[in-house]
Amino acid sequence: MKPHQIRRLFGRIGFGLSVFALVSPALLVFLWMLSLSLKNELDNTSFPPVFIPTHFTFQNFIDVFEKNDFVTFEWSDFDLFGRTWFQMPSLGGYLYNSVVVSFGATGLALLFGVPAGFGIAKSKAQKAAALIMIARVTPGLSYLVPLFLMFQWLGMVGTLTPLLITHLVITVPIVVWVMIGFFEGLPNELEEAALVDGATIWQAFRYIALPLARPGIVVATILAFIFSWNNFIFGVVLAGRETRTLPVAVYNVLTFEEVSWGPLAAAALLVTLPVLVLTLLMQKEIVAGLTAGGVKGG
Amino acid sequence: MGLRGRNYARQYWPFLVPAGVVVFAVIVFPWIFTLYMSTMEWHVGGNITFNGLANYKRLLTDDRFLWSVVRTLYFTAMAVFFPVVLGIAAAVCFHKEFPFRGLARTIFILPMMATPVAIALVWTMMFHPQLGVLNYLLTSVGLPASQWQYSPGTVIPTLVMVETWQWTPLVMLIVLGGLASLPIDPYEAARIDGASPWESFRHITLPLVWPHIMVALVIRTIDALKSLDIIFVISNGGPGTSSETMNYLLYLEAFSFYDIGYASAIVVVFFVIILLISMLLFTSRRQAY
Repeated sequence: MKPHQIRRLFGRIGFGLSVFALVSPALLVFLWMLSLSLKNELDNTSFPPVFIPTHFTFQNFIDVFEKNDFVTFEWSDFDLFGRTWFQMPSLGGYLYNSVVVSFGATGLALLFGVPAGFGIAKSKAQKAAALIMIARVTPGLSYLVPLFLMFQWLGMVGTLTPLLITHLVITVPIVVWVMIGFFEGLPNELEEAALVDGATIWQAFRYIALPLARPGIVVATILAFIFSWNNFIFGVVLAGRETRTLPVAVYNVLTFEEVSWGPLAAAALLVTLPVLVLTLLMQKEIVAGLTAGGVKGG
Repeated sequence: MGLRGRNYARQYWPFLVPAGVVVFAVIVFPWIFTLYMSTMEWHVGGNITFNGLANYKRLLTDDRFLWSVVRTLYFTAMAVFFPVVLGIAAAVCFHKEFPFRGLARTIFILPMMATPVAIALVWTMMFHPQLGVLNYLLTSVGLPASQWQYSPGTVIPTLVMVETWQWTPLVMLIVLGGLASLPIDPYEAARIDGASPWESFRHITLPLVWPHIMVALVIRTIDALKSLDIIFVISNGGPGTSSETMNYLLYLEAFSFYDIGYASAIVVVFFVIILLISMLLFTSRRQAY
């Protein structure tokens, strides 16, 4: 081989190694999580560690579902005016709580945030944009003191409603911020043509801007959902025993029960699995949203 | 914007009303109420009395608070430096074409999307001094085992390591966005003039993506200042108080000691710091785009 070919070969190997070095910390932690969750307790606490399970077992996952209330279902009384009218099915459990809170907070944020993003982008309301920006960067904990007192005063602590409302602190700014960016990027001509033809601003929004902004809405939905799903501290403060979301439930497994690594890793994996799958499937949208939005919530 | 645009600009306010109500209720009202509470002697279950600036005076003489500020700055300095440097390097790598680039990039950004509590628990298991995989790896290559979060001297570097692992991808994405918008011409000119790859990086790439790096720097600073989940799960502020940052102390004062007035004063100080930095962000954003 000629010298310049050798140099190019070494360059390629070096580049390959640096890509490997970049990706491996992420890969190793997630693979280790998977490995812990698939091994029995003997393998998990042996030293030197067992990397590849000798006895594959799904027992950890079964344990997590059996010992924790991920989803509960029971019949409960429907009471009104001091008497029981009928029995109705009621769902509960950590997974149910997380789903209600994250879907609820994301849905409401879209309902309020998409029109707001449109309004801010069109009227170039810099002050409103700055307010949203500040809301996004303020520590989530700082909202929690007054909101906690307010919910206590209203007697709402221990239900899912305060959690859902506080999650709006995360989801609304994300949706508004992402949507401002998308609506600013849309061409004005179509809307202006519609307005000249006598459409109202609402019609221009509903029938022209909204369909064009669908990719932006997808991005906003994914990001708002993920950051709401991942939120921990709001649940720590506001959730009672029955209203824990998944991250809080997993944390409590560690603190209050006998620590065994297999079920703990299995629980951690289950909690983060929806987010990991969403990231793998929608990585293009997520990357677009994060580079445009730039800031995480909470 | 022509005459038409200006005429319509005022009619968009109804779109802002629903979100405005929500933002006022859950964001602006808490800000105002916190300011009010910070001037009160306010314990949960106790009397509420006005005490002016006494909470703020107490902050200035409270060693526990002042140390938490020092710790927060120490943590933040490292939790900004490492992700930014590594994030720029990663962005330069991911800017090149190579096989499986999409997959590699997806794996690379997984740490920042994953649920922080879940990954913090996995790291906690990996840090176990006797049975943890990290001490096994360290000793098997001849390095001394570490006490990780169990020793006052190593707890903050340990947390910085996890924070770096988690947030380097965000810096990478922001800088990668900057690299994607670069023109090609200056590089060709530099190549013809015989510039080395390092020289063209140093004198062309770096100045051109500088606004993006600034954005990443400011975002990282804010995020590191308010980092909580990782600290909460991995070290719980300990051992002793050796990883108690401002945000963690705020949690304790409000929800363990129920000293609402004092906690509110911490929030106000914290808020002012974050506000100053986000003003920097807002101006640097405008330069970047």
